[in-house]
Amino acid sequence: MDNTKNNYQLICGAEIHVELNTKSKMFCGCANDPFGADKPNIYTCPVCLGMPGALPVPNKKAIEDCILIGLALGCKIAKVSKFDRKHYFYPDLPKGYQISQYDEPLCYDGLVETSYGPVRITRVHMEEDTAKMHHAVVGGKKVSLIDFNRSSVPLVEIVTEPDIKSPEQAKEFLKKVRDIIRALGVSSCDMEKGSMRLEANISLSKDGTLPSYKVEVKNINSFRFFANSLEFEYKRQSEILEKGETPIQETRGYRDGRGTVSQRKKEGAADYRYFPDPDIPPLVIDDSWITQIKSRLPKLPDAIAKDLVTAGVIESAAKIIVNNPDYFSFITTIQTLEPSMVKIAANDLVNKKIDANTTPEDYLKTKKEKAGTKIVDESILKPIIEKLVSENQTLVGEYKAGKTGVLGFFVGGVMKVTGGKADASVVNKLLLSLL
Amino acid sequence: MTPKKLILTDDAFATLTKQANVFLSSEEAASIKNQLSEALNAVSVLKELPTDKVGKLSSASGLNNVLRDDVVQPSLTQEEALSNASVTHDGYFVVNSVFESQDN
Amino acid sequence: MKYNQLSIIDARELLKKNEVTSLDLTKDCLEAISTLEPKLNAFVSVFKAEAEAAAKIADKNLKSGIWTFETHPLAGIPIALKDNFATAGMKTTASSKVLDTFYPPYDSTVVRKLKEAGAIIIGKTNMDAWAHGSSTETSDYGSTKNPYDVGRLAGGSSGGSAAAVASHEVIAAIGSETAGSIRQPASWCGVVGMKPTYGRVSRYGVVAMGSSLDSPGPMTKTVADSALLLSVIAGVDTKDATTSPTPVPNYLQELKGSSISGLRIGIPKEYFLKDAQPGINELIIKASKDLESKGAKLIEISLLDPKYSIADYTIIQRAEVSSNLARYTGVRYGGGRELLGPEAKRRIMLGTYALSSGYYDAYYKKGEAVRQLLKEDFSRVFETVDIILAPTAPTTSLPIGASEDSAMFGELADVLVEASSLAGLTGINIPVGFVGALPVGMQLIGRHFAESTVLSAAHAYEQSVNWKDNH
Repeated sequence: MDNTKNNYQLICGAEIHVELNTKSKMFCGCANDPFGADKPNIYTCPVCLGMPGALPVPNKKAIEDCILIGLALGCKIAKVSKFDRKHYFYPDLPKGYQISQYDEPLCYDGLVETSYGPVRITRVHMEEDTAKMHHAVVGGKKVSLIDFNRSSVPLVEIVTEPDIKSPEQAKEFLKKVRDIIRALGVSSCDMEKGSMRLEANISLSKDGTLPSYKVEVKNINSFRFFANSLEFEYKRQSEILEKGETPIQETRGYRDGRGTVSQRKKEGAADYRYFPDPDIPPLVIDDSWITQIKSRLPKLPDAIAKDLVTAGVIESAAKIIVNNPDYFSFITTIQTLEPSMVKIAANDLVNKKIDANTTPEDYLKTKKEKAGTKIVDESILKPIIEKLVSENQTLVGEYKAGKTGVLGFFVGGVMKVTGGKADASVVNKLLLSLL
Repeated sequence: MTPKKLILTDDAFATLTKQANVFLSSEEAASIKNQLSEALNAVSVLKELPTDKVGKLSSASGLNNVLRDDVVQPSLTQEEALSNASVTHDGYFVVNSVFESQDN
Repeated sequence: MKYNQLSIIDARELLKKNEVTSLDLTKDCLEAISTLEPKLNAFVSVFKAEAEAAAKIADKNLKSGIWTFETHPLAGIPIALKDNFATAGMKTTASSKVLDTFYPPYDSTVVRKLKEAGAIIIGKTNMDAWAHGSSTETSDYGSTKNPYDVGRLAGGSSGGSAAAVASHEVIAAIGSETAGSIRQPASWCGVVGMKPTYGRVSRYGVVAMGSSLDSPGPMTKTVADSALLLSVIAGVDTKDATTSPTPVPNYLQELKGSSISGLRIGIPKEYFLKDAQPGINELIIKASKDLESKGAKLIEISLLDPKYSIADYTIIQRAEVSSNLARYTGVRYGGGRELLGPEAKRRIMLGTYALSSGYYDAYYKKGEAVRQLLKEDFSRVFETVDIILAPTAPTTSLPIGASEDSAMFGELADVLVEASSLAGLTGINIPVGFVGALPVGMQLIGRHFAESTVLSAAHAYEQSVNWKDNH
C-alpha cells in the first residue's frame, strides 16, 4: 500500500469477537457447541429462546475467561462491572435485546505491542452471541431459517483504539491477539468455525488525527481479508478526499475480489437504549478474585520469545517460533524437558530440520543418542587432525596470519572423516593446541 | 410557575413508533400521541426533587456476584423448542426473508 | 357447595381427619367456578380434567401415607394462579391475545414448588393484559367483575385471583405485584393479599413486567393461609439471580407464637389523601386504633409525598416494560406485535422514550436516583417504627369502564403502594370494613424480609376484629 502518493495516513481500529469454549452458554446451562451440533435448535431452553418469564444467570467461567483475556492484553480490570441491555429488533435476537456491557466493561486500557508500534486496547467486555440465520426458499417463498444453538453463547468483544496504521501491522496484531487467546486455552479462535470474527473501522487523514467520519467494514473472514479491506478503503477513501469531499460514514461489507461494498444503510445511528439489566446483580471484582484468575495466565508468546533470546536463540528465530503454534508447542515442551537444548532445537526448527511427526521427546532422544556416540577419544581424533593439518599447510599459514575462520574448514574435515560423530568441542580443543 | 408543556412532534412520534416496533392505526396514533404527551408531562414533576445528594444507587436485589458454575444442564428437545412456533421447517424457526444480516 | 368456602388451614384439618377428600374440595371449587364465572369472568383457563385427576392422586397418596402435610404442606388443596405464571403444557396467556396460543414447555418456579407441595392447580386467572393495569379491564379476555358488585371491577392486575378467592371459587390463589397488583385488587375484593419483599419469591417463569419490581405472592382468605402459602413459594432459586439467599422462616409457625405488644406502627400523614373517597381514611384510622388496643404503639411519621412515586414508578416500570415486551414478535411462539392492546402500546411507547438517547438522563437515570431517595426515606422511617400502616387504595372498586383510554389510570390508582414497591419492601392488604357495599383494605408495610412482622400484625388485627361489621 503506497502511503506516500496521496499523503494520507491510514487510521484503523479493530473490533474482534471471540467465542469462548466454555462447556455451557453465557446465561443458561445449554451446551455451548453450536459448530458441533448436528441438528438445529437442540441446545436451547426458555432462556436462550427468550421465552416468557425466562431469566439470565451469568456463567462464572466465562466472566473469568474474559478477565483473563483482558489481563493477557495488558488491561486494567474493573472493580465494579455490570451487564446492560442493548435493544434492537432482529429475528436472531430472541429477547429483542442483547445482554452486553455498555459503560462499565470488565476490562479496559490495555496494550499490545507490534513491530510497527503499540495498539491500545480500549476495552474487553462480555456479551452473548445471537442465533444463526441463513436464507432459503421454502414453498417458493424467500425465507430466513433460524437456529438458536448459538444463541447466548459467551462472546468476548475486544475493541482497539484507532492505532493500526497499515495492513501489515493489522495482520501482525490480529495474529498476535489470536495466538495469545489460543495460548490461554479459552477459545479456538478459529475464523472458519466462527469462533473469531473481525470488523474494521477505517478512516484517513493527512496528519493522522481522527477525522469526523469513520467507515465500518464487516464480513471479514480472515486476516488477509482484513488487510485487503484496509488496502481497498485506503484507495477508495483517498480518492474521495482528493476531490475535497468527505467519505460517507457508513457500514460496508467485504467481498473478496470486489473490495468493500456499501450495505443497505440504516437511517441514523442506532439508538440501542442501553440500561442496566435488572435481572443480573452487579459484579464486584476484588483483588483476591483477580489474583486467582491471574494464576491461570500461562507464559505468553512475548515472554516466551524473550526467554528464547536469553537461551541464545536469535530474535528473528524466536519470533518465528512463538508465532507458529506447532513450533511454539514444540519449544515449550523442550523448555520443560531439557532447557539446555532449547537453542539447538530452535535452530533446527526454523531451519526445518525436524520432521513434522517428530515429538519433542523423540527429538531429544535422537539427539542424546547421537551425542552418546560422539567420539571424544583424543587418541582417535588426534591422528585425524594431524593428518588434515599436514595436508593443508597453506591454510595453517592463513590461520596463523589471523584468518581464524579457517578453523571451520578443519572441523568440517574431521566431521567428514568421522561421519559427523566427532565431538565438536574436543576437536576444537585439539585443533587450537596443534595450530 | 407552570412548567413548559411538552408536545411531541409528529416526527418524534413517528420515530418513537418505529423504535418501539408497534403498529398504530391513524386513530390509535392520534389518541396515543396525546396520552403520551400527557404522561410525559405528568412525570416531569420529578425535576422538583433534588437528587444530587442521594447515596450510591443500589440495585433492587441488593445482591452482587450471583453466578452460575460452568455446568451443562439438559436442554429442551428440538420438538419442545419448536412446539409453539407457527412456522417451522426442517428443525428451524422461519421468518420472511430479511435483508443483509447484522453480522456473520 | 360448601368445601370451596374453606380456608387452606381448615381444609387441611378436614383432610387430616378424613372428613373431606381432595376430590371433594376440587369438585366444589369447580362447581363454584362454573356457577359464578358467567358473572365474574375471573378465569382464563380452568383445568377440570387435570385438576380432578391430580386430586385423585393426592387422595391416594394422603391415604397411603406417602404424602403427609409435613412433606406436602398443600397436599390436595386446589389453588389458582394468575395467568402470567408459566404452567407446563397448559395455556399461559398473561391475558393477551399475543399469547393466546402459548403452551410453555416449562413450569415457573412457583408452580413447580406448588406441585412439589402437593397443590392442585385448578386454573389460570384473568389479569390486566401483561399486568398493565389496576382494574383487569385491559385483559383481552374481558374484565373481571367484583364479587361484591358485578357492575364494578375487581381491581388489578391480579383481579382474577382476587375475585376467585373473594367469591370462594378457589381455596387460595397466587398473584403478582409490580406496584399494587396484589394489594389493590385484594383491597377492592376484600381478601388478604401479600406482596413479599422483592427477591423473596422467584420470578422465573413469570411473564416479566417490571424486572426490578415484580414480586409473586399469595392471595388468600386468611392471614394464616397467606403465611403458609408464602413458606411454600418463597426461597432462593438458581434460575433467578435476583432471589435472596436469606433463609425462609416457617411463617405459619412464627405467626402462631407472635405478639404485637410494643410493635411500633408508623402512620404516614401523606398517605391519608385529602381527595380519598370519603370514609376510607376513617376506616383505616379505626383499624389502627384496634391494633393499638392490642398493645401496638402508633407513631405519626412523615414520608415523601406519594405523588412523586407515581411519576417515578411510571418511568421505571414503563421503561422496563418496553424492554421486556421486545421479545414478543411471533417468531418463536405466540402471535405478532399487531395483537398488542392499546395499554401495552402506550406503556411501550413511553418506556422507549424514557430510555432513548437524549432522554435517558432526564427520565430513566433521574428515575433511578429518585428511587434511591425513596429507599432512603423508608430506611430513615424504619429506624423509629417497625411497620407502616396506611390505606391501600384511595377509592373502593370503580365501575366497569373506569379505566378505559386513560393515559395513566393504573399508576394513579396505585399512588399509595408505589413507593413501597419501588423500595422493594414487603406489604400486605387486609380488609378492614366497607364503604357502602364495597370492601376497604388497609396495608401494612414492612422492612425488607420482615414478612413475619407484617403477617403477625395483620393476624392480630384479623383475629380481634370482624371486619365485615365495620361500615
